[in-house]
Amino acid sequence: MEATNALSVMTAAELTRLVLAKEELFILDVRNESDFKDWKIEGERIDVINIPYFELLDGVDPVLDQIPDGKKILVVCAKEGSSKFVAEQIAQAGRGNVHYLEGGMKSWSEHLEPVKIGDLKNGGSLYQFVRIGKGCLSYMVVSDGEAAVVDTARMADVVEEFAKSHGATIKHTLDTHLHADHISGGRKLAEKTGGTYWLPPKDADEVTFSYDKLEEGQDIIVGNTTIRIEPVYSPGHTIGSTSLIVDEQFLLTGDILFIESIGRPDLAGKAEDWIDDLRETLYNRYRGLTQDLIVLPAHFGKISELGEGGKVMAKLSELYDKNPGLNIQEEAAFRRIVTENLPPQPNAYQEIRQTNMGKMTPSEEEQREMEIGPNRCAVHDK
Amino acid sequence: MPLIKADQSLDCKGLACPMPIVKTKKAMDQLEAGQVIEVQATDKGSLADLKGWAKNTGHQYLGTIEEDNVLKHYLRKASPDEIKEQKKYMHVITNEELEKKLVSDEIAIILDVREPAEYAFNRIQGAFSVPLGELENRLYELNPEDSIYVICRTGARSDMACQLLAAKGFKDVHNVEPGMSTWSGPTESN
Repeated sequence: MEATNALSVMTAAELTRLVLAKEELFILDVRNESDFKDWKIEGERIDVINIPYFELLDGVDPVLDQIPDGKKILVVCAKEGSSKFVAEQIAQAGRGNVHYLEGGMKSWSEHLEPVKIGDLKNGGSLYQFVRIGKGCLSYMVVSDGEAAVVDTARMADVVEEFAKSHGATIKHTLDTHLHADHISGGRKLAEKTGGTYWLPPKDADEVTFSYDKLEEGQDIIVGNTTIRIEPVYSPGHTIGSTSLIVDEQFLLTGDILFIESIGRPDLAGKAEDWIDDLRETLYNRYRGLTQDLIVLPAHFGKISELGEGGKVMAKLSELYDKNPGLNIQEEAAFRRIVTENLPPQPNAYQEIRQTNMGKMTPSEEEQREMEIGPNRCAVHDK
Repeated sequence: MPLIKADQSLDCKGLACPMPIVKTKKAMDQLEAGQVIEVQATDKGSLADLKGWAKNTGHQYLGTIEEDNVLKHYLRKASPDEIKEQKKYMHVITNEELEKKLVSDEIAIILDVREPAEYAFNRIQGAFSVPLGELENRLYELNPEDSIYVICRTGARSDMACQLLAAKGFKDVHNVEPGMSTWSGPTESN
């Protein structure tokens, strides 16, 4: 059968650029209702409706009037098959500008968009990788042919390629803490490039592999121009959580401090124990740092946290003004907010932690399944 | 009893969505109301999708078993007659009354006349399974002097079973209404 002219494919990369450019798009999400409720594609000028594909087995005629004429249409499903099945029928019904998402939500979950954050003082640059579908952020410091990567996503190949294209070899991979929402690519990447994998020792009690201890007072040098990556012990999300100061300009806060929220202390099962640590880090330790530092977190929770060009960043002083998580004066109220009414935990978070400790070695396909859904590492969505 | 008979098995292994549902729908169209289909699939997403599809179409999703990475889903084709059909048997007991009887330890035989797949996933503890279609040939397994409480999903099949038992000389037979669809007491499964 010949494909209809009007049907085209959209990649996750194209969709990302469209979201970042705040373009208009109408999405018909044909996954089942529960998956749709769990997570979906969002954007400032994106309208989305959910009609499961299995309601459209006899044709799309009954729902055509819900699909606006003249707008760019994207049909989305979990993997691709069903969206293609539905999109073809919409195109055959005479609609133009109809697309389906290549690889479905799985591809959307895995796409990494590199965004340049800024230049370093003695040459070199800092990049942010925006994993837009899942809300994860990782970083690469590039200086004089060397690179260090922080909180790397599982898709290590993309990161390695990026370093290569900037003429850099990855010398260090760092995790600010033991992640519960995504599988770290740090260890794999370090093995591949002959680099060093750094992990906070207090989060590494149970790991089954060797690593270098990411501890306060231990500088990590990238390139000849001495870009110091200075760890700052900042427990709360996990007991080992460690922040990094890069080039005396940037504060990588991991899952402790986000742009519009703060980290949750419960994902390693120790909420009660870590509340005081979290408060101490947010209300005292970070206060003592230079307030001009640019905060670069490991996650965003809402599309509104994406700034110009997709950058997720803000001055520390600005966050003390605006972030609701930094403005809870009473300790009792703070305690309540970080332990009660938390969002649901990230998908398969216990298995993900086990995998990051090296205790489980799921297949590539299983890892993909485990990571489905949003990161959910923040306390609230405001 | 042509209403409830042969199960069908459908192989959707290795197929990605939407094919498992497309094939199930086609197969279901060929089935008669009340029949149970087994759908074998390897696509993990087929579970939530089949449940959603069954809910929207009114077919009865019974349950899923996973064996060697193959998901076996069981569905029963809806029969519109089941609800409309007039119930004729006089001696009726409600779910709540039966539940009380079970709690008070009164000895009662619960005869579950649903399909084996329905019985397998959710049944009253100790219920005895004889699908309606097999009942006539298996009467010898029951004692005509016993108190027997007959249950199905909505009270329709059990109504027919009660009539059959009464006609065969069973003395103390009760139809449980509405049946397993709203049963709130303790249950067990395979």
